[in-house]
Amino acid sequence: MSIDTHISPFGLDKTEGEFDTLDALESESIHIFREVAGEFERPVILFSGGKDSTLLLHLALKAFWPAPLPFSLLHVDTGHNLPEIIEFRDEIVARHNLRLHVASVEEYLADGRLTERPDGIRNPLQTIPLLDAITENRFDAVFGGARRDEERARAKERVFSLRNAFGQWDPKRQRPELWNLYNGRHAPGEHVRVFPLSNWTELDVWRYIAREQVLLAPLYYAHEREVFSRDGMWMTPGPWGGPREGEALETRSVRYRTVGDGSTTGAVLSDAADNEAVLAEVATSRLTERGATRGDDRVSEAAMEDRKREGYF
Amino acid sequence: MTQSTSTANLANGPHHPDLLRIATAGSVDDGKSTLVGRLLYDTKSVLADQIDAVNRASQARGLDGPDLSLLVDGLRAEREQGITIDVAYRYFATANRSFVLADTPGHVQYTRNTVSGASTAQLVILLVDARNGVVAQTRRHAAVMALLGVPQLVLAVNKIDLADDPQGQFAQITADFAELTRSLGWTDEQVLAIPVSALHGDNVATRSERTPYYDGPTLIEHLETVPNVHERAGDPVGLRFPVQYVIRPRTAEFPDYRGYAGQVATGTVAVGDEVVILPSGTRTTIEAIDTADGQLPAAHAGRSVTLLLADDVDVSRGDVIAAVGDAPEPIQQFTATVCWLGDKALRPGARLLLKHGTRTTQAIVGSIDVRFDEQDLTLIESPEALELNEIGRISVQTAEPIVADDYSHSRESGSFLLIDPAGGNTLAAGLVGDALDQLHLTPSTVPA
Repeated sequence: MSIDTHISPFGLDKTEGEFDTLDALESESIHIFREVAGEFERPVILFSGGKDSTLLLHLALKAFWPAPLPFSLLHVDTGHNLPEIIEFRDEIVARHNLRLHVASVEEYLADGRLTERPDGIRNPLQTIPLLDAITENRFDAVFGGARRDEERARAKERVFSLRNAFGQWDPKRQRPELWNLYNGRHAPGEHVRVFPLSNWTELDVWRYIAREQVLLAPLYYAHEREVFSRDGMWMTPGPWGGPREGEALETRSVRYRTVGDGSTTGAVLSDAADNEAVLAEVATSRLTERGATRGDDRVSEAAMEDRKREGYF
Repeated sequence: MTQSTSTANLANGPHHPDLLRIATAGSVDDGKSTLVGRLLYDTKSVLADQIDAVNRASQARGLDGPDLSLLVDGLRAEREQGITIDVAYRYFATANRSFVLADTPGHVQYTRNTVSGASTAQLVILLVDARNGVVAQTRRHAAVMALLGVPQLVLAVNKIDLADDPQGQFAQITADFAELTRSLGWTDEQVLAIPVSALHGDNVATRSERTPYYDGPTLIEHLETVPNVHERAGDPVGLRFPVQYVIRPRTAEFPDYRGYAGQVATGTVAVGDEVVILPSGTRTTIEAIDTADGQLPAAHAGRSVTLLLADDVDVSRGDVIAAVGDAPEPIQQFTATVCWLGDKALRPGARLLLKHGTRTTQAIVGSIDVRFDEQDLTLIESPEALELNEIGRISVQTAEPIVADDYSHSRESGSFLLIDPAGGNTLAAGLVGDALDQLHLTPSTVPA
């Protein structure tokens, strides 16, 4: 047969001799994507437009290149996303000609299926719209960008994590994961959460993004922004509230290290305007990304564990 | 020591660190969580806010200094009971290497976790308390590591500062352990004993002043320099490429493209190689090795690629592409060693699913020939059943042929899972061949 000559959109021209940490992690992630494609009927990638899901999509496109991606995307939209993120999300979907499902927390609040929390934080409200979307679309495998280095409760997470019809995760009932043999069998109504970035660290992610020149949403690079300071974080005003009494708006050069619910995600002061500069900053940072900028992980030692049991990530 | 873990260096240096997968085994009482916490702490893999959280929690418990085990004991039940109930994965790096560490609990009822963690490990750190030496659990763990073909072992002799006669006790423990590991098939080069104090950091990242009788590397130095290999014995098999997925774009740009996607399990594949598709036996040639980053002249074990073949042959998921001249015979009836992970016992005649590589097929367990007695490292003939966490040798028959090697030749190509066809649970970790026999188990393997 004739071999199609091609110019790859990724084109890194690597030599076969080198096989460093990033190559090993990339090959492992690609292996996971292909396993799921081979064993499941209706996989979906959770895609928020954030850094980890952008990387997830980049790896998935590589795994099946030059064929189109055999999965659709799902975004559980809290309605409290920074507009730049939604814009970026839609741009990526259009560029790669992908299919995006959106589950909207706002719709659930509007028709009373969900109630706003007293503290206005919406991340915990994502669970029910997510599970409904999984049920309605009969998704049997759901890819997430979570990493095991992010938080202690996640250190125990498997690459293939079985969830019951309520989306629940029971740490004592997880399947042992042996060699690189992933067991995706499940009963009807159950689904499997799959985490291809399990073994990546934050630094691996940034080194890879810099090496591959993965383009992230502009929020991840330094830009001038009107922000106010709260609990040591630089917050953007928006429909999620702020600034409150005594919180002054000021224009600062900032960037986001993680992007989540606007009410709980803050920016850091930074002049890092491209991947290399961000990498240098992350590499010397003395704070992990969540500790610095995610208010919801500070709730309690066991907060994440409780939320995972409820079917959140 | 030359351990510059400056992360800026990691990020931007010209050196590209490789990745080593390691696991820990030992009991919580021996200080395992503290040792793992120490590895993270001393390689600067723990950042300020995590340290703050540990300091706060340590103060709340009324401790004098930071309890490094709190860096790793994650789940509430564990913190309450002070034990580790599941495999946890930790990440640390030096300028020379990145590490994925599977931290496995030591309790007997969690053998399945020890097996999970060790299945991918290239090196296992076994922990003993210097005051107790090599105990029954150390022998059990070492036997499981031997079974799983872990290439490198480190014995961390912990709490060395608390021993009455550190030098004499360390020498005795080293000798006992060497006798044990030789009997289980490791060479002396594959095993190292190090006197450490996880609590104070002696010989973990920094050389201890308190152990003048030890002139070997620190634990970190050793982890950075051991060979990055997956097999215990150097008799590697050739190419094994389990086909995961067939890539057929059928787009205007690629109307006739058909590639076979997978990860090279063992050996090397190169353009121009003559290969055989198994189990069909069809021969063809490697036309190209494709990746999204362009084509490669060759690919080694571990790399995910897409193979393009010279001939229009029938290949699908579950098939294996192997080197001509070193191709295994497809098998449907074979002997295997299993670690039973199911709550309900395994009995002869059980109908299960077997997943090997990328093929899942129906299987029947014919007989259970022997059970491994973990207590005294002997083999019990013809047991009635295998209970949870028990290891034994069985005979298996599969509905479709599998393309496997003996586990002692290839961990990738010799491993399989047994799966419950009803609920889908993973019921056994399986090793093709007589892994138990190769341990030469007799009561004499137990040092008096």
